[in-house]
Amino acid sequence: MRIENHPILEFKHGKKVGFTFEGEELSGYEGEPIAAALHDHGVQVLRYSIRHNRPRGFFCAIGHCSSCLMEVDGIPNVRVCTEPLAAGMVVRRQRGKGELR
Amino acid sequence: MASQIERTGVPTKEQIESTLPGDERRAKGPYAVIECWQEIPCDPCVASCPFGYIAPMKNINDLPKLDQESCTGCGNCIALCPGLAIFIIDETFGGEDEAMIRIPHEFAPLPEKEDIVRALDREGNYVADAEVVRVQKGKSGCTVLHLLIPKKFILDIRAVEPLPMR
Amino acid sequence: MIATPEVLIVGGGPAGLAAARETVGAGCDTVVLDDALEPGGQLVKQTHKFFGSEMEYAGVRGIKIPEILLREVSDSPKLKILLRTTASGYYEDGVVTAIFQDKKVLKFKPKKLIIATGAQEKTILFPNNDMPGVYGAGAVQTLMNVYGVAPGTRGLMIGAGNIGLIVSYQLRQAGIAVAAVVEALDRIGGYWVHASKIARLKIPILTRHTIIEALGEENVTGAIIAQIDDNWLPIPGTEREIECDFICLAVGLSPLSDLFRLAECEMVFVPEFGGDVPLRDTNMETSTKGIYVAGDVGGIEEASSAIIEGALAGISTAFSLGKNIPDYERRNRELRDELVSLRSGPVGEHIRSGIAKCRISAKTEVG
Repeated sequence: MRIENHPILEFKHGKKVGFTFEGEELSGYEGEPIAAALHDHGVQVLRYSIRHNRPRGFFCAIGHCSSCLMEVDGIPNVRVCTEPLAAGMVVRRQRGKGELR
Repeated sequence: MASQIERTGVPTKEQIESTLPGDERRAKGPYAVIECWQEIPCDPCVASCPFGYIAPMKNINDLPKLDQESCTGCGNCIALCPGLAIFIIDETFGGEDEAMIRIPHEFAPLPEKEDIVRALDREGNYVADAEVVRVQKGKSGCTVLHLLIPKKFILDIRAVEPLPMR
Repeated sequence: MIATPEVLIVGGGPAGLAAARETVGAGCDTVVLDDALEPGGQLVKQTHKFFGSEMEYAGVRGIKIPEILLREVSDSPKLKILLRTTASGYYEDGVVTAIFQDKKVLKFKPKKLIIATGAQEKTILFPNNDMPGVYGAGAVQTLMNVYGVAPGTRGLMIGAGNIGLIVSYQLRQAGIAVAAVVEALDRIGGYWVHASKIARLKIPILTRHTIIEALGEENVTGAIIAQIDDNWLPIPGTEREIECDFICLAVGLSPLSDLFRLAECEMVFVPEFGGDVPLRDTNMETSTKGIYVAGDVGGIEEASSAIIEGALAGISTAFSLGKNIPDYERRNRELRDELVSLRSGPVGEHIRSGIAKCRISAKTEVG
């Protein structure tokens, strides 16, 4: 969900681009973190943990905690809280340690 | 045991009453009240007063000292206080039972002039309806609302309920 | 190839940018590394007006400060800022490695190194604390204030320090409800004026309370909180359910001080500062000559002091490189006096206590 009409801030967004998440066509703004675009669409579960297969989401937003590792364009362990969104990206939930495709 | 303000952020009646000037000053026109109770490293209010009526601090952690007798009630300090802790009260404004209060407001959408808004106390409880006399938009994004309120609530009303976002 | 700038600054937040302003201003070739998409560190999401004094831009909203800090030096050919670049190592020959945009490893051998890497959020233990919808409070700020995305519709804030209070207020400004602020201490840890702002919004501050667990399967659907006793244990029978779809943890920060350890700087654990920090002299130089510290990585404090520490580290570094700095001694003293002044009040007590534990006598004492 996007925040509109903020008393202090004016959000400057990049251009709207399409990407896919688990095969579903979604849109977001170019250059924003992938995690922000996913949150806009209500996607909170970003991966499943290695040992106990527990759902994991966004936590630190600064690329430090490893909670948000996803598979982007076939590359696993991408920190989507700091990885900018680009048109046509293929984003998937990561299970376990992820695999190189 | 922690004091009320330490536990809740809400000052006691005694603290609030201590912010008022004497009766004679109150009858003369608008004046500022500063609800700053804690020594923190902060001093923009000192420079905000165009007349120098907020005394320079020896130590940046000092509590502000306002010369309320001299204060012109210009309100320049309201939007410049990072703590949103300064208000202007004008007991000479409006009718016998009315007064004006100017309060900082940082929510969107903004009410408009002549709107009736819900005025709240320091705990967010509804106190009374208030008429917006003026909406003073600042460069910093902090708006100052001038409200016509019942005079008996000058010590109570300190906020306006944010309007629902579209 | 190894780049050899005169000064390498790791971290482009308030401390790093203030340091760069000074080193570039004094004519040092300076490279700033930052892992984020834009410079400014955590300033980029601070929509509130800053405290402190004019020297730290008090009264200015944090979001405006990076631009102001960079204004004087942004056109200088002496300054290079590398974004999405994470410093990854320090080697015994003084080489710093960094990963550039996840693609390339860069190497630097600077004459002087300023480490201003900041801090990361702590977490606390409770069942389901790993569930999606449990966020660091700073992360929520980034999501809503930088990217304009709501973290949810109704949050529960854990911690009534300045971050917990400020983020609660900012959530409300973004049109998002806050169910309550839960604080384990018997009092509010942050500034009372911030507490007053959220009290006026009818957001309850529940001191002597803690979170027992987050509820939900795949994401947060609520939380159980309870009162705690003087031994910090939940009081049976006081548990209650809070309706919320996200939980914000504002339970403190710990310094990101790994690089100092790699560089074998002498470290000390300072609880007041949130973890291990390097010893430093009054010019911010660590026990390893030529390596300086500035900002939260040297101890969790306010952005205002980070700016001053950065400036102090910056001019000390430039001076030690033999740059001509007019009035160096006076400026150095002014900056140090400003730090003493900011920390002198009752709320600075723990900072003064922390500083006393990590001070080494100055090697280049001035005045």
